[in-house]
Amino acid sequence: MISNPPELIIEAGRTERQYWQDLWRYRELFYFLAWRDILVRYKQTIIGMAWALIRPFLTMVVFTVIFGKIAKLPTEGDAPYAIMVFAAMLPWQFFSNSLSGCSNSLITNANLVSKVYFPRLIVPTSAVVVSFVDFMISGMILLGLMIWYNFVPSWRIITLPLFISIAFAASMGVGLWLASLNVQYRDFRYVVPFIIQFGLYISPVGFSSNVVSEQWRLLYSLNPMVGVIDGFRWAILGGESNLYLPGFLLSLALVLVLLFSGISYFRKMERTFADVI
Amino acid sequence: MSDTVITVENLGKKYIIGHQKQEKYTALRDVITNGVKSIFTPNSQNQNSQEEFWALNDISFEIKQGDRVGIIGRNGAGKSTLLKVLSRITEPTKGQIKIKGRVASLLEVGTGFHPELTGRENIFLNGAILGMGKIEIKKKFDEIVAFAEVEKFLDTPVKRYSSGMYVRLAFAVAAHLEPEILVVDEVLAVGDAAFQKKCLGKMQDVANKEGKTVLFVSHNMGTVQQLCTSSIFLDRGQVVTFDNVEQVVAKYLHFTSIETSTQTNLKRTGNKKIIFKDFYTSDRSGKFSNIFSMGDDIYINFTLYFQEIIKEPVVAIQIKNHLNEQFAHLINLDDDFHIKPINKGDFNQIKVKIPKVFLSPSQYILELWVGENMNIACDYIYDCMSIEIIQSNKIKRLTPYPSHLKIFLNSEWEQIA
Repeated sequence: MISNPPELIIEAGRTERQYWQDLWRYRELFYFLAWRDILVRYKQTIIGMAWALIRPFLTMVVFTVIFGKIAKLPTEGDAPYAIMVFAAMLPWQFFSNSLSGCSNSLITNANLVSKVYFPRLIVPTSAVVVSFVDFMISGMILLGLMIWYNFVPSWRIITLPLFISIAFAASMGVGLWLASLNVQYRDFRYVVPFIIQFGLYISPVGFSSNVVSEQWRLLYSLNPMVGVIDGFRWAILGGESNLYLPGFLLSLALVLVLLFSGISYFRKMERTFADVI
Repeated sequence: MSDTVITVENLGKKYIIGHQKQEKYTALRDVITNGVKSIFTPNSQNQNSQEEFWALNDISFEIKQGDRVGIIGRNGAGKSTLLKVLSRITEPTKGQIKIKGRVASLLEVGTGFHPELTGRENIFLNGAILGMGKIEIKKKFDEIVAFAEVEKFLDTPVKRYSSGMYVRLAFAVAAHLEPEILVVDEVLAVGDAAFQKKCLGKMQDVANKEGKTVLFVSHNMGTVQQLCTSSIFLDRGQVVTFDNVEQVVAKYLHFTSIETSTQTNLKRTGNKKIIFKDFYTSDRSGKFSNIFSMGDDIYINFTLYFQEIIKEPVVAIQIKNHLNEQFAHLINLDDDFHIKPINKGDFNQIKVKIPKVFLSPSQYILELWVGENMNIACDYIYDCMSIEIIQSNKIKRLTPYPSHLKIFLNSEWEQIA
């Protein structure tokens, strides 16, 4: 009847070889969890998905007015300040939404974690996927801005997917760390909003990272989002926007370290999630 | 052996239970302060405030293809932990489990249901969580909806469902999973009688027709006996018996009844001029038994100890269910039976036969009362014995007798034209 079913061995401390196979087998769950979160988010709202447009748009307006008009900070090259701000807003919003989504994902799905088996990695990952959908929607604002300002991007725009994947990796890396720490130490519920609030100011979102003086540039790049944002600006603004290469590589290396350590820490903690959540 | 699908060897699951610490979860603050404390006090008090608790302790058994195994035991015996370990929700601390085939576990009805989503959306979501693919769910969608009887409300958010509809939908999704091994925790305890019956029928189908292996936890012995072929009796994290279901259930009931009859804290009132001693239920031979088939004769045995001479004492037996609903009241005068003590200090041993008891399958509680007459109580023991009535082949129907019904009446059918 069942032709030689695969034998599963459950043991203490065994890192199942099947884990990655299971991840593939449950691939549809990524989609379903993300789909659920998106559906639920705008239930019983009047303007629905429009919220995903209004929030980043208003933030962009505020930043442009404060940093561009009042503080009179320089833009990069000849790009309009609004576009420069928005090119950074996109990855930053993606990152910050992922972070808050990820860190709470296991707690809000505690009933799933303690009652059903599936690779736990799916839960924080679909939180990132949800933010990615928001990211795509906000991307439409960027298109709108480009049309408004009559701004034509250069060939560099085709490298954007590369930087998007770096942003993805950064979000996943930090998100996984926070998600697994949050299961054990609920302190991170309070830490995360702070990181996000703080991060908005220490990342070059409202201003160009050229404002930072040369000698601090490398140190500044220790913030992984600096590399991501600079990359986005380089790709979108084109022209005279320059990529500070050593800093970018440092950020990139940091992102990779965060991602892999995040996965391995998550895998290690995952075994006890159901017991401590 | 090739047809063994689950092999469990020396399985153990340890939990650390904290004492004194009241926090539900670890806060970083505590880790830091305790860390600092332990620097200053090398023999940290920490160790004392934590205790190891083996929820499962050295469990070994084998389950074969197509077995339907009921797992029984009292609260805290480790049943749910065992299911959690088997379904990979949590890791064992020691030991090994080998499983052949896909396991689906149903530990709670409606896991992953989202109240804001509609019935239709929840079917897909819940199906995906339980491990079904989108195509598989689509294929079974109509069947699921029909089983749950919620056609009309498919596009209503489940938060507006009645609790019955909610449970029906949730069970329907889970019941249409097609795993090789199905692990079910006490989920049938919800829903109305008709639906419970439907669920039980579905599970029997799954096991009988499709040859699936089923592991089933329940406190309802009747259900376990109907559904399962063999049974594991767990107590304090260990396997007491693993045998065919009748024997294990009998052993379990015996075990629990001994625990209750040796209880010295039974609630008793009365003036103690007469007291009950050695009360128990038995079969015809007088051997202790507290599990009876519908239609069995039930024997109640007790001894009256006369501390004073009472001329015409009245003994009453009351039968009620666990909801304290009274079902029957019997007294010796019903049978025109008179109790005649001769001397002070006499022991009168009495046996009461209740023939052909057709109460419906459930658990019942007996109370004993003895009085100087109908009004003055000498000894009244509350909830002193419990019996379990189960369905057997004495009634010929194959489906379970609906549990919301109170009694069963024998009927004789004939065709007259």
